[in-house]
Amino acid sequence: MMRRSLTLFAGLFVLILVIGWLMGLPFTSSRLVEAAAYSLIALGLNIQWGYGGLFNFGIMGFLMLGGFAVTFISYPVNPTFWGSDGPWMLGRALIAFVAGALLVIGARKSDRLGIRGGWKSFVTVLAWFVAYCIYRSQLDPAAAYIEANAGFVGGLGAHPVLGWLFGGVLAAVIAFIVGKIALGLRTDYLAIATIGISEIIRALIKNMDWLTRGTLTVSPIPWPTPLPQDYQASGSDMVSSLLLARGGFLLLAVAVLALAIWLISRAYAGPWGRMMRAIRDNHIASASMGKNVTARQLEIFVFGSVLMGIGGAMLVSFTQIFDPSSYQPINHTFLIWVMIIVGGAGNNWGAVFGAVLIWLVWVVSEPLAKFIFEFVSTWSTNIGWGAIPEIESRSAQMRVFVLGLVITIALRFAPKGLIPEVVRRDA
Amino acid sequence: MTELVFFINQVVIAGAVLGCIYALGAVGITLIFGILRFAHFAHSELMTSGAFFAFLLAALFASWGVVTPIPLGFVVLPIAMVMSAIFALGIDKGFYAPLRRRGAKPVILLIASIGVTLMAQGLIRLFFGAGSWSFFETESKEIFRIDTSFIGSTRPLVITEPQLLMIVVTIISVLALHFFLTRSRLGKAMRAMADNADLAQVSGINTALVVRVTWIVAGALACMAGTMLALDVTLKPDLAFNIIIPIFAAAIVGGLGQAYGAIAGGLLIGFAESLAVFNWTMVLRPLNAILPDWMQLPATLALVPTEYKLTVAFVILVVVLLVRPTGIFKGASS
Repeated sequence: MMRRSLTLFAGLFVLILVIGWLMGLPFTSSRLVEAAAYSLIALGLNIQWGYGGLFNFGIMGFLMLGGFAVTFISYPVNPTFWGSDGPWMLGRALIAFVAGALLVIGARKSDRLGIRGGWKSFVTVLAWFVAYCIYRSQLDPAAAYIEANAGFVGGLGAHPVLGWLFGGVLAAVIAFIVGKIALGLRTDYLAIATIGISEIIRALIKNMDWLTRGTLTVSPIPWPTPLPQDYQASGSDMVSSLLLARGGFLLLAVAVLALAIWLISRAYAGPWGRMMRAIRDNHIASASMGKNVTARQLEIFVFGSVLMGIGGAMLVSFTQIFDPSSYQPINHTFLIWVMIIVGGAGNNWGAVFGAVLIWLVWVVSEPLAKFIFEFVSTWSTNIGWGAIPEIESRSAQMRVFVLGLVITIALRFAPKGLIPEVVRRDA
Repeated sequence: MTELVFFINQVVIAGAVLGCIYALGAVGITLIFGILRFAHFAHSELMTSGAFFAFLLAALFASWGVVTPIPLGFVVLPIAMVMSAIFALGIDKGFYAPLRRRGAKPVILLIASIGVTLMAQGLIRLFFGAGSWSFFETESKEIFRIDTSFIGSTRPLVITEPQLLMIVVTIISVLALHFFLTRSRLGKAMRAMADNADLAQVSGINTALVVRVTWIVAGALACMAGTMLALDVTLKPDLAFNIIIPIFAAAIVGGLGQAYGAIAGGLLIGFAESLAVFNWTMVLRPLNAILPDWMQLPATLALVPTEYKLTVAFVILVVVLLVRPTGIFKGASS
């Protein structure tokens, strides 16, 4: 088993070298930083699916939350907003939100007042409606005011690493709520519910222009490490400053990744990990052993989402732009699933391997498809069939096809992944 | 009465059109779930590819100079449905049947269906590009404006020809499906297998045949839904990919595995979406004359802003899963 993993990782290293040789070092260094962030996200999914057997198809939502968090924390302060009536109006919207929440909670407890059965449902629905109206009545003017006067809320101007942490915290809070709602459901219901929730998160982040600038996008978001421009200012040439800066970012990302792997592996090797495996493999038996299955699943769902939030924050930090409309289920949910399925669910090294491999396949398949199309095109032109039209846009679409092909082949021929889960059996 | 006609235009017609498409898609999903016990994500691609089959056929017919009184898209629909049914059977044979034979869990089949979705998306975009296509390049889209001045309205009732045909075709196919499921031997076998697959097999039902018929029905209905959606708006590669979750919401709201539930769920979600973004000020405007100044209605008074239209389906989905996870009609559970 060990030999197989080492061989595979060696092969991956060779692949990286080949890509570096063919596509140039600046390209490869960027892709490696992204691969590190995706590894972190894949680890998060590995915790949820590989350890806990939870079917999270809402990864995109958590990545967006992380991206929003790092934007909010690290983007420079917007003095126009803080000098205007905006904070005061938002405060009122917050009070309205709390009042609405209290109203709903009160309605849910209305049975203590003797309101039961159908009447209670009616009161609850009415309370939701009234709470929603109160909240909207305060938020809408605030949002319109901020958008008209200050553009958007702006950031807090703190260090990006704080933003990564906040991304984790925000993802954890939302994951807790989502988990409370959805974790009681069976697997495929859970998948659809999480997709639905992630679409709701996307719609909110995309359309809350006062908070996120929506489709107008926020940039440039600062880096936690020195930027290429900083190196250039101190006299390095173009290519080496790019490499130095990206190398610095890569080191930081790999450090975070290593910390995450170390912590997870320790937890998974301990009694906690055995309990999680037991719950995944037979939750009825583990419940009868006195394990609180729902609470444990919620725990693992939150843990996994934290890593997704941090990973999503890293990606946004690195690309320096937060563009809510660039988030797509294919690129941000299904891609991660392919990484886990190909790498091996339940094995951290498998998850990291799958993440790096699939990310490289994903970015390389476009230039590769273009190369093949151009080759075929010249050939078909030579024999008189004419050239292939619109090679550029067509080869961009090949990424999606290759992704689908890879997952199909993996499910058919290596259903446990390339580096499968190792179940140690002592005695 | 202008307000009433406006309401019908904005909510009843739009909701019915959307609801018909959701219902036809959801029936296929729910049948596949009932028989094969997995959530078939690639249904969106069956719909989109069905629409492209119809589009190609319509273009072919138009190039032969065929002129029909109704839009060509509807004329070629039966042929496209047959093609889609064969396509669905092929997908099952190529991708799902090997996994089923290995005894893979439903979750694995779900992931496989996502793989199929990605491949189909890639292929469709490879051949048709990312742009949008229209069925009405050569022929015109007829719009009926029904004069409603006899009930005192200043606005006409507006419905396009494809919309009218779409509602009629949906009603016919739902009736056909009903008679198929309740009267025919095969339909009864399907319902028996959805209830209890093992029991159905030991009582001599040819389950392999039932599986094939399920794919045929689901593929044909998906093609119908996709083509009609493309006729109503435009044909683009992510035509159905964007609405697959509302369709799933419809199937779940109706109870997975329940064909009638899926139809009810589809219509419910279609109407809910158009009702949620409806601007109530347009209907309630006469009240402004009675209301005091400080209570005048704002220019837009919709339950949710228009950009959140699709979100309505997700919210309904989440609420239904919370309050009644089996759907409004009791769903099958695996």
